[in-house]
Order: sequence, then C-alpha cells, then structure tokens
Amino acid sequence: MLIKLTGGTVYDPASGIDGKKQDIYIKDGRIVNQPGPDVQIDKEYDLSGKVVMSGAIDMHTHIGGGKGNIARTLLPEDHRMDPVHRTDATRSGTGHAMPSTFVTGYRYAEMGYTAGFEPAVLAVNARQAHMEMADIPILDKGGYVMLGSDDYLLRMLTAKKDQKAINDYVAWTLQAAKGIGIKVVNPGGISAFKFNQRKLDLDEKNSHYGVSPREILQVLATAVKQLGITHPLHVHGCNLGVPGNMNTTLDTIQGIGGLPMHLTHIQFHSYGTEGDFKFSSGAAQIAEAVNRNKNITIDVGQVLFGQTVTASGDNMRQHANHKHASPNKWVCMDIECDAGCGVVPFKYKDQNFVNALQWAIGLETFLLVDDPWRIFLTTDHPNGAPFTSYPHLIRLLMDKSFRNDMLATIHPEAQKMTTLASIDREYSLQEIAIMTRAGAARLIGLQDRGGLSAGNWADITVYTDNADREKMFAKPDYVFKDGELVVRDGTVVHSKWGTTHIVKPDWDPSIEKDLQKYFDRFLTMKVGNFKISDDEFTDIGRGSLTAHPLKGEVA
Amino acid sequence: MIEVTEVPSPFCGIGTDDLTIRVDGVSLKVVENGCPVNTPAFEQAITDTSPRVDGKDVSLDAAVAKAAALLKGTNQPVIGGCATDVNGMRALLALADRCGAVVDNMNFNATRRNLLALQDSGWMTTTLAEVKNRCDLFLVVGADPESFAPRFFERYLWNQESMFLEDTGNREVIYLGKAPSGNASTSPKGQKAQVFECGMEDLPELVAVLRALVKGQPIRAESVGGIAVADLQGIADKLKAAGYSVVTWAASALSYDQAELTVQTLSEMIKDINDLNTRCSGLPLGGKEGDQTANQVCGWTTGYPARTRFSKGFPEYDPYLNDIEVMTANGEADALVWVQAFNVNAVPPATDLPTIVIGRSGMTFAKEPDVFIPVGTPGIDHAGHAYRMDNVVAIRLKKCRDSGLPSTSDVLNAIEQAL
Repeated sequence: MLIKLTGGTVYDPASGIDGKKQDIYIKDGRIVNQPGPDVQIDKEYDLSGKVVMSGAIDMHTHIGGGKGNIARTLLPEDHRMDPVHRTDATRSGTGHAMPSTFVTGYRYAEMGYTAGFEPAVLAVNARQAHMEMADIPILDKGGYVMLGSDDYLLRMLTAKKDQKAINDYVAWTLQAAKGIGIKVVNPGGISAFKFNQRKLDLDEKNSHYGVSPREILQVLATAVKQLGITHPLHVHGCNLGVPGNMNTTLDTIQGIGGLPMHLTHIQFHSYGTEGDFKFSSGAAQIAEAVNRNKNITIDVGQVLFGQTVTASGDNMRQHANHKHASPNKWVCMDIECDAGCGVVPFKYKDQNFVNALQWAIGLETFLLVDDPWRIFLTTDHPNGAPFTSYPHLIRLLMDKSFRNDMLATIHPEAQKMTTLASIDREYSLQEIAIMTRAGAARLIGLQDRGGLSAGNWADITVYTDNADREKMFAKPDYVFKDGELVVRDGTVVHSKWGTTHIVKPDWDPSIEKDLQKYFDRFLTMKVGNFKISDDEFTDIGRGSLTAHPLKGEVA
Repeated sequence: MIEVTEVPSPFCGIGTDDLTIRVDGVSLKVVENGCPVNTPAFEQAITDTSPRVDGKDVSLDAAVAKAAALLKGTNQPVIGGCATDVNGMRALLALADRCGAVVDNMNFNATRRNLLALQDSGWMTTTLAEVKNRCDLFLVVGADPESFAPRFFERYLWNQESMFLEDTGNREVIYLGKAPSGNASTSPKGQKAQVFECGMEDLPELVAVLRALVKGQPIRAESVGGIAVADLQGIADKLKAAGYSVVTWAASALSYDQAELTVQTLSEMIKDINDLNTRCSGLPLGGKEGDQTANQVCGWTTGYPARTRFSKGFPEYDPYLNDIEVMTANGEADALVWVQAFNVNAVPPATDLPTIVIGRSGMTFAKEPDVFIPVGTPGIDHAGHAYRMDNVVAIRLKKCRDSGLPSTSDVLNAIEQAL
C-alpha cells in the first residue's frame, strides 16, 4: 500500500523544513522517498492548504501506574461528568482529569499526538505502568524509571560505593523495569518522609542514610551520562511548590556541574518570596539560567484553570499540600522501601492569587526561554491541567492578544506580579513543532520518530491552518499512526496499538548475585519475579518493545 | 516429574512467591513453603476438561457459540465473579462493553467498605515491604491476619532481618476487637500480642473513642464496649510514640451496616497521627483471588471500580445499584455470566436465568448451568498477572503445567468474537 500526501505545507524541524510545500509518501508504515513516476499510488490525500507535522510526542504525562489508578478511583464524580460512548471504532470509557486508558489514547490521537511517556515508573510498580499503557490504544509509550529514594541506591551511597557499581545498578533497574530513561523525584525526600522528615533541601541529609539530594543528583546524572542513555536524568527537584524554591532550582542547575539534566514541571519550582503575599515569580531568573546552561532542558508543567487531580511520587510534598485538596480527599502512600505516591485533587482558580500567578509563571517561562529545542510543552498531566487543554495552551503561546485578554481576567494582584503583559513573543508553528515533535524525539532518544524525512515511521498529523490556534490544534484533519489513518476530522476512525520504547544499557552480571541476596533479605519478592520479561509485553497479542540505541551506538 | 521453584501465589493476597511445586503430569504438590490457603488451592485436581452445554460434553467452539447465542438477545446481561487475572479481566471488560453488561466483582460488598471511605476522604496507606522493614507497632482492628494469610506474620513481621529495625522481635502487636485465632502473632522470643476483645458491634464506638484519644479529646466514659478507656489511652499513646506504626483491618470482617464509617474513622485517625510529628500508615487486608485485580483493571479501563454497568454504552459506577446478586434476585437481569478461575467453591448465585459459567476445573453445581466452560487457573495452567493486597505490586504468575485448559481471556475473547 503506497499512500501519497499531496501538497501540504510541511513543518519538519528534524530536517530543517519550515513551512515548505512538499509531498510525503508512505509505504509499509514508514515514510519513503518519492518512488518514481511509474509506481502506482494506492491512496492519495489532497493536503493543499493544510499544515503537516509529524505526530506529537508528550515527553512527560502521567498515563500509567498505580498513582493514576488511585486518582481514577478517588474521583468517580469527575468521570461521571464526562462519559465516553462506545463506537464502532472505539471502546467506551470516561474522561476529564484522569481519563480511562482507552479514552487517553483516543483523546491524545484526536489532538494529533502519537506518543506519550510516563515519567514516574516505580520499579516495583512498573508492571502496572506497562499494563495500563498496554491498554492505551494508538499511542506509542515508554517510561522513566524512578530512583533516588530506593533503599538500595541510598545504601550504596552511604557505603560510598564507586560510580561503576552505581551505574550497574541503574542499568539493571532500567532493564528490569523496561524504561527509556531515569527519573528522580524529590531526591532522597520520599525516603526521608518515611523517617518523618517533612522537608529536604538540596544539601540537607536524609536522617537515616546521611545522604543529600545534591549527592543523589550527582551520581544519577553521572550514571545516565556514562551509560550512554540519551534522555538526560529527568529531575523533579526538591521543595516542589514551596515559595522561594527558585533558589533551590538555581542551585540545582549550578550544582550539576554541566552534566545533562532535564528539570521537569519547572513552573512548580520557580517561586520567589516577594510581594505582599510572599509569593512571586522566579521565571525570569530560571529562564536566564536555562538559557545560559546548555546542558539543561526543561518542561514547564503549565497550570490551567479548572478541576484536576495531582498525582505524584513526591509523597513528602503531596502530604504537605493536602491542605489545599479540593475536593477535600487525598491519598498518600509509602511504597516498598522504593518510593511513594501522593494523590491530591486540585481546583486551580483564576481568582486565587497563587493559582493565577502559577499560570503566569508557566507562561513567562515558555516565553523567556530562547531555545525551543530545550523546552517542552507539558502541563505535567494531570497535575497542572489535563492533557486535553494543550490546544488552549498552544493558543496562549502563539497569540499575544488572546494571552493578554486572558491575563486581564485573573486575580488583579497576580496581574501586578507578572511581566507577562510586556512580553511580545509569539511562538511560530515551527517552534511548536520543535517543542512537541522533533525536540521531544531528540530528547528521549527516539530513533525514526518525530520527523518526516524518509525512513521515519509515518506518524503524521495534518491540520487546517486557522488563526484560532486552539481550534486548529484541537481538531486535526488527519492523523496517521505507523502509516494507518487513525483520526479523521478530529475523531478516531480506526484504532491500533503502538509500541513501547526502551533502552538497554549493559551492566556487570555479577551484581545480580548481590541483588538476589538483598531481595531475599529485605524485600517481598524474589529478584527473578521482580524483573519484567519481554513476553509480558507480547503475550497479550498487541504489545511490542522497541529498543533504541545508546549514545555512540549505531543502530 | 519436574519441580517449579519461586512460584508466586494468586491465592493468599500477600504475594508469597517462594513456593516450590512438584509437577507430575497435571497433578501438583506444594513441597516447600505451602500454607493452609495456598496448598489446597494449588493442589486442587482438574476434573472437567470438556465444556458442557445443558450438561452434555461439547467442543469449546460449540460452547462458545452457545454462550454467544444466549447473550445475543439479552437486554441486561450481568457478569459476576470477576475472579481471574489481568488478561482475563481485560477480556471480561471488553465483552461487557460489547454487550452492555453489568460487571460486579463477587466480593465487592466487602471492598465497598473501603472504597466508600477512600472516595469520601482518602487515606494514607503502606505496602508489605515497608511493614517488613519499618513497622514498630502493628495494630490489628477487628481482623485476623493469620487466618487471612497464614504466613503473614512469618514473612512480614517476624522476618529475620530488616532494613531499619535492630530486632524485629521487639515489634509490638496489639489486637483491638477480635482475638487472634492462633499464635502466629507471638514473636519468636515468645512475646504475645496484647489483645483487647470486644463485640464487633462495639467496634465503631471503640474506634471513634480511640481517634478522639489520639487527638487529645477528653472522654468521660470509663469503658467502651467492655474495654477500659485507660487501655485505649494506652494504645493511643503507643501510636503517638511509635516511629512507624501500621494499622490494619479487613473490610470483609467488618460485616455490619455502615462499616465504611469505621474504615473512615481509622483512616482519619491515621492522618491525625501523621500530623502529630510521627508516621503511621494503614494496611487494608483483602484482595485475594483476583479481587484487587478486578478493581485495578476495571479502574484503568473505565475509571471506576469493578461494580460498573455498560448498559447505556458507557461505564456507570454505582456501588449499590449494580450489585448483581440484588439485580438477579429482583428480576433486573436476563442472563448471568460467572467468571471464577481461582476457586472451585465460589459458584454463581442460585438463579433461573440463562447462566454461563467460565469456571475453574473442579467446580460442581447444585444446578447445571446452561454453559460451563472449565478454564485454567492463572499461575498454574497459564502465565498471567495478579495484584497483591497492597495494590502496588502486580505479580507475574507462572505456568506450572500443560493442562490444555484455555485461559479465561481465551474463552471470553472467543465469546466476544462470536457476538
């Protein structure tokens, strides 16, 4: 089957193409070169006047794992307001803040997304994360495996094990849990909470292990680099949500000493203490530091107004934030001497000073960071807002007058505390394509995704150009996944199954002996039963694994 | 004859995965680390291998066709039991979505006591490895952990080594409500648990007073449910003094009206303790034989726990109205599908409705169902996944023998296809 997409205006930053009229050919799921004049085209789509990008990639979205399912269970009233009917092409489900898995896949696809990455896979809960994601149709997926509050690593740091030993453990865990990156959440803080510490600054020591967050970040970022994992250490820093935490964030950037590091949902870590309410924007200082330090990438974690639910591995901070729960119910969990989670429903209000300023801080960050290859469009779904609000967010970034109209409606004191009105920048289509496609694929290390040149998998989204960017991005004309048409006019017409992206760094097999002893002494399962095997992805008949090369490797 | 080692169990809920099983053809013998719950569940013999329609042996295809025919003309089919592995639940929910059924896990009335509390105010909980390594005070409220899971204490309290406790034998165990059924809660050094017994009907009041004492509220009464308030004060003081206390209960044991309020009071008390400069966590006992699995898979597939209807073409959750035992008794259903791959004794409720049973081989019936399809047991006849009681850990179940029995998901997928 040869498909031709004719005459669309292509935005493909991966190939340096910025709004050029160009035909695209698809064969056997991949984009191919023009096959020659004599080859028969089986199906042609006339895309004249349309905007063509590769399928969008959400590099940080909570779509799989126990905390998400707790969030679902906690909020039946939220689902009740958003029932989703079964159709000939789709399964039923429910939506809003934490949609059911099938609805997650459909709604992402209906916005032109073809991949999503779960950023907080606890190794001990990785089976659940993958099983949930296996029930998300259409999308490709993958996960970042959480380390940093797990007893084994902290024990190694206390014992001053060398970097090589730590690298082996990191690689082993990544493969056992089938991830594509390493995440750290409130480094050492989730563990510290179990010892009744209620806060942990960058240089404060975990009371049991005598290890500081700074040391944990250092060894993990080093491990990721030395193992050749493309995705930099994915960091949810200390002091999330705490006024003044911008200093912690700046210190974190300085302290990593040039190692690659991704700071996630940085909006929640960009707060100062100025003004009458002792809460102010640190976006300018953070953006300046990001602009200066080329080793740093960020995603924003934009807050948008309305009901949502926050689900995080950071049970220390979630416990502290439970006082803001709306509705007033919440869950905190300590997990297996490995990690934790906290689920707190939130209603962000534009007339609440703090929420309104959080909204402005996120937008300031987007607009003040210069390089779109190093900043990514996220709401930290569902923590800042559900992913379904992305088209609205894109309009805020691309349309200054719309942005200023919105700004004029938020809490008046928050308006005074933001420089947003004075920022003229409007994102271009190419910059949006970088943030949500080419940049994301490069950051995660996805081969043959996020681009439209020959050889790439044919994940393609086609929009009708519209000055109202929210309308444009909410309803693509066509979405192709691996060359198959899955969405037409913003509605799923055909469902299929994506792959799971992983990396497979090597480790010294001798460490498994130690791990086996350790599991037998302290944990609740055998090490052999802990490791996830490949057939757990394939035995349901619709999953697959795609391993990407490490840095320096040729695929 | 072969031996399979490190076998995980879906039966006991606590994720024991150190069983050694001797396999001789299709008969199994637990030769290491068995217990009164797991050993008989693993050793249960295969009886039927052939599906039956109206009591007569038929091929699997014929049984599937008959099941589909029975479901085809229905207005409100119901699917009960829901005791299977993750893939089985996936297939069950796909079938329910396809035919507009009501899905109801057989132990939901017990689980509901926890869910109502969770969905109203939330809770703070922990998992088994945290208990094993951290818990210094274990408070059991109205439950009997050792009859729930005979190896609970051995594996998670009297473990030889722990990460953070010098001597696990120094942990304190307190029972409030019920006395333990045996001696598993006695420490290896011989330290017996403290027991404060009362009638179950007094438990709500007792728990309310305990929470009040934790919060430092004055109590005028001198005793509650036959237990001296001074003793309850002692428990409250210990909870506040402990470094990491764990409070456990079993929703299934709280079999009185509005027991969710007891769960809620306990959960709120646990939250209170965490605001008193120490740590405390809940550990709900439950979730054997696929209960937790059913709620997890239904949770991610529909957004709701496993008492959900698809009659209108989308999922709707109601913890009372979607009770299929009530529905079948009230004439609100017109066909019953019963799915139970773990327990031969968990048979469908008595009914005159057309009945399709997807059941573990060995099941016997007072009244022969219209269709009976014996299936393999996850973790014995085929690989699979099952959730442990603490919800976080999904265990990878092993295939121990070649019985030729189809899996739940094979059968349910085939029925869906035939529709």
